[in-house]
Amino acid sequence: MTAFRPSVQAQITGWLLLLPALALLAMFTHWPAVATAWHSFFSTPKGSRPAVFVGLENYQLMLEDDVFWQALWNNFWFALGTIPTSIAIAIAMALWVNGRIAGRGFLRMAYFTPTVLPMIAVANIWLFFYTPQYGLLEQITGALGFPSHNWLGDRHTVLGATIVVAIWKEAGFFMIFYLAALQQISPTLGEAAALEGASRWQYFRRVLFPLLMPTTLFVLINALINSVRMVDHIFVMTRGGPDNASALLLYYIYQVGFSFWDSAYAAALTVVVLTILGVTAFVKFRFLDRRTHYQ
Amino acid sequence: MSTAQRTDGERVDAIRATEAPRIRWGAGLETAAAWLLGLLWILPLAYAVWTAFHPGEYSTRFELGAPLTLQNFVNAWNAAPFARYFLNTFVLVTMILAAQLVLCTLAAYAFARFEFRGRDLAFFLVLLQLMVMPDVLIVENYSTMNALGLRDTIVAIGLPYFASAFGIFLLRQTFKTVPRELDEAARVEGANALQVLMKVYVPLARPVYLAYALVSVSHHWNNFLWPLIVTSSVETRPLTVGLQVFSSTDQGVDWSIITAATLMTSAPLLVGFLLFQRQFVQSFMRAGIR
Repeated sequence: MTAFRPSVQAQITGWLLLLPALALLAMFTHWPAVATAWHSFFSTPKGSRPAVFVGLENYQLMLEDDVFWQALWNNFWFALGTIPTSIAIAIAMALWVNGRIAGRGFLRMAYFTPTVLPMIAVANIWLFFYTPQYGLLEQITGALGFPSHNWLGDRHTVLGATIVVAIWKEAGFFMIFYLAALQQISPTLGEAAALEGASRWQYFRRVLFPLLMPTTLFVLINALINSVRMVDHIFVMTRGGPDNASALLLYYIYQVGFSFWDSAYAAALTVVVLTILGVTAFVKFRFLDRRTHYQ
Repeated sequence: MSTAQRTDGERVDAIRATEAPRIRWGAGLETAAAWLLGLLWILPLAYAVWTAFHPGEYSTRFELGAPLTLQNFVNAWNAAPFARYFLNTFVLVTMILAAQLVLCTLAAYAFARFEFRGRDLAFFLVLLQLMVMPDVLIVENYSTMNALGLRDTIVAIGLPYFASAFGIFLLRQTFKTVPRELDEAARVEGANALQVLMKVYVPLARPVYLAYALVSVSHHWNNFLWPLIVTSSVETRPLTVGLQVFSSTDQGVDWSIITAATLMTSAPLLVGFLLFQRQFVQSFMRAGIR
């Protein structure tokens, strides 16, 4: 019977082992998430004036806040611009590096290196790359006879310019997951497909891509989270400008919370981000992990 | 007989003659594309290296004979307290990794090998952190650090990351693959739970620990937003924040010095990566398989 009812000692040992980690998780993940939601219904305490309950006022403010909507849309376009492209590039990279290609070592190094660099450093490098007149990009386009263009100073191109940086930084990281998945796929599948007279493209579309689907879903979730979390480059390259054309949600939260010191409104904005992440988590746990990754 | 063979051989040759170039053509095209992408990917970094190692007047002019120099690095090093920033980052990543290894090992052991009430709920609460990371809870965590009197300390930068859901998950998966017989054999010899953990589980999980350590160190070496918020002095700032302060205020637009500083702050990770490329890639792969 003891096999079915855990012993008291095992219960105590189990909880004691877990306690330190769970306490810290509660303190810096669970509590702040709940507290954020709670504080979003209060005003920001100022000086001697304590916070008072204001109901949905912060959310009302948010609905009328053009900058919030702009940041939300920017984030949407940022995610849409970054995710599919970096996944497609990552798959191509993984297929190449996994096969017998000349200079495989160099290529793997070239693809993966941006992943190791801090985003702040990456942003510095690209800021220089984009610099009007002096930057490498301007030198290349200038040599080809195109007119000079301030990529980061124009509100129509600034978001696109940061999307390119994000793709450059992330594709190599996603490549790793595909590389891991490709190495699990038996080479006999490829041989069989070749015997049947399938072209490489057919083999990829009909065999490899479906087999890689779990990896793609996993990468997709990761990429989604990253598109909410990744804002470091904005501090260096654009500071959200011009005219908030490159502001993302988390960056706006930073501005509201730590430049304008409006912590209540920042809390309400954080609730939006938490909702986005929560929906993602729900979809992941409910639909994607059905096939028991976690057991 | 021999004529028939020859015709067979000729036919094969004929097929090869029409098929092979097409295949070789396609493969060649793919190789070219792979290389083009590789060069494109290395280009921004190569550009930064060029600028950092040449005098300012060559930073945007490309001549083979341009003189090499380390002066930009010297100037950057002298223009800001980078030695202190390096020390801070080193202390930070070491502290985080040490705390993570201990906490995650204990928690993973509990999840993998102990039956206790509420285990599934507890595991779910841990997994939540994979989605709701401390990175977005900056406003609340800042006021927590204020309340604890920890603002502007290195501990405050690391504390929210000490308990890592990712680490717990990764180690739990690994511990579950350890045969129970080993565990039981050690217990028969009189070892208690902690001794079993240290003597049986931890040694068997060594490659996973290495993988996790590489991922953790490179992640926290690169972290920026939270340290930016919670630190305000040279004594606590990590390299990323120091680099940002340096390049945004002190330097104007001297690109040679800024790129030198940028490369300098990334150098330990970059050099480590180039030296241990295989381990790095395998570690990220191992950490990525769930």
